[in-house]
Amino acid sequence: MSLSFKRVGAMMLRYSYLLRASRTRILDMIYWPTVQLLTWGFLQTYLVRGGALAEPGGATQAAGTLIGAILLWDILLRGQQGFCFSFIEEMWSRNLPNILMSPLRPVEFVASLVAMSLIRLAVGVLPVTIMAIFFFGFNLWALGVAFAAFFVVLMFFAWSVGLLVSGILLRYGLGAENLVWSLMFCVQPLGAVYYPVTTLPTWLQPISWSLPPTYVFEGLRGVLIDHVVRWDLLAQGLAIDVFLFAAASAAFGLFLQSARRAGTLLQTGE
Amino acid sequence: MAGLITPMSSNPAESGPTLKVSGLSKSYDKRQVVGPLDFSLEAGSVTGLLGGNGAGKTTTIGMIMGLIAPTCGEIRVFGHDMARERYGALGRMNFESPYVDMPHRLTVRQNLRVFGLLYDVADIEAKIARLAEDLALHDFLDRQTGRLSAGQKTRVAIAKALINDPRLLLLDEPTASLDPDTADWVRTRLETHRRTHNCAILLASHNMSEVERLCDRVLMLKEGTLVDDDSPVGLLARYGRDTLEEVFLDVARGRAGGAAA
Repeated sequence: MSLSFKRVGAMMLRYSYLLRASRTRILDMIYWPTVQLLTWGFLQTYLVRGGALAEPGGATQAAGTLIGAILLWDILLRGQQGFCFSFIEEMWSRNLPNILMSPLRPVEFVASLVAMSLIRLAVGVLPVTIMAIFFFGFNLWALGVAFAAFFVVLMFFAWSVGLLVSGILLRYGLGAENLVWSLMFCVQPLGAVYYPVTTLPTWLQPISWSLPPTYVFEGLRGVLIDHVVRWDLLAQGLAIDVFLFAAASAAFGLFLQSARRAGTLLQTGE
Repeated sequence: MAGLITPMSSNPAESGPTLKVSGLSKSYDKRQVVGPLDFSLEAGSVTGLLGGNGAGKTTTIGMIMGLIAPTCGEIRVFGHDMARERYGALGRMNFESPYVDMPHRLTVRQNLRVFGLLYDVADIEAKIARLAEDLALHDFLDRQTGRLSAGQKTRVAIAKALINDPRLLLLDEPTASLDPDTADWVRTRLETHRRTHNCAILLASHNMSEVERLCDRVLMLKEGTLVDDDSPVGLLARYGRDTLEEVFLDVARGRAGGAAA
């Protein structure tokens, strides 16, 4: 069996053509190491400073906030991915023109995506919250009304990101597919998921406070550590949500118009 | 058969041609690929849209479908301006295109049920049964759409295109992947649909015998421009040819047969 470097080179050339033609693929190669570094680097900073661990009974509280944050993060992530997954299924199956030429209105299409994200979430996350009770004694449902408020703020943000990504997919095709699976992760280091906003450098904190999930995760720590529901924070998060959802809806409409102008709706491949 | 004909709308705004295209053009990066085009389709007519590859047939159909935004011009379907009032018309039109598929993992029946709901079809199951009968879908009605042969997929796509009893049907190469027998049989179904529903059909095809058989009028496109518009018989007479294929070649190669047009 002989190895042909020419044939290997031909295949490498084929993949490099694909890579050079897709800026999102190149960005993706830089994106993940950056997100990982920032998320776990800031968590390390938080732990080194003492954080909740320094308080009496802090270890238990810290464990609770960590599992709570993981569960809420998963709700946020699965909510957005569930929204986009239903949308991208139409592109994978080349069914989007059938949908767009039917009497289905964009608002009805979005409503169906929202409903499907909730159903997918119920199937995926509900069992995990029950497992958290059995394995770790952490009951997310015991947060009661606060949990309901966290859920609403997270889901509206998830749908806003889902709408934005779906609009980009409409305009730029499946070459932008990675955004479905990756965009939300940039919220992880900035949204103060596993550590308080104060852990971030001062210049990053305003950016963090512009993201609705930050209010939820700060709120979660408020409930679990200080035993206080910060309704003021949640109200601010919801207000930003409303603005972002409106902006994402407008962006989706603009991307749809742009796709119609560019004639890309009949060619929804990579 | 007359009792099956769908009555025209009583809305005065919807009187006139089923489809009216005025000054329609499309440019990409200042390069004009279609137009300006002006034509209209009357109810119950079948119009062939002919032209070589890249002549602008799919772009034209895409603009009528609303999937491609025209650079200039206006499209009216049943009197509705498709740029502003497309939802007044979409429920009564449908299409079939080789560029579009249906969800592969859904069975044929599931796909037709979804589209029946989207088009607000009354008694969907009865409609699916009728389409299955008309288009011989019974053998694979409960099979996943992605597992069908190309010919079976085309029949399913035509079933989807007929699910709402459209009065405007846009067809892009509807029989391209069918064997001659099935293709002939599908043409008969399309003719029946035109007759029973007074449906206007715009048909893009490279199959000249299909165009001769189905169409009462032919629009010839070349480099995005309408270069001829006549009945098949009229074209044959003016170009002095025996077949539409010869006329097509004359137009594509710039021969002057149609100078008298």
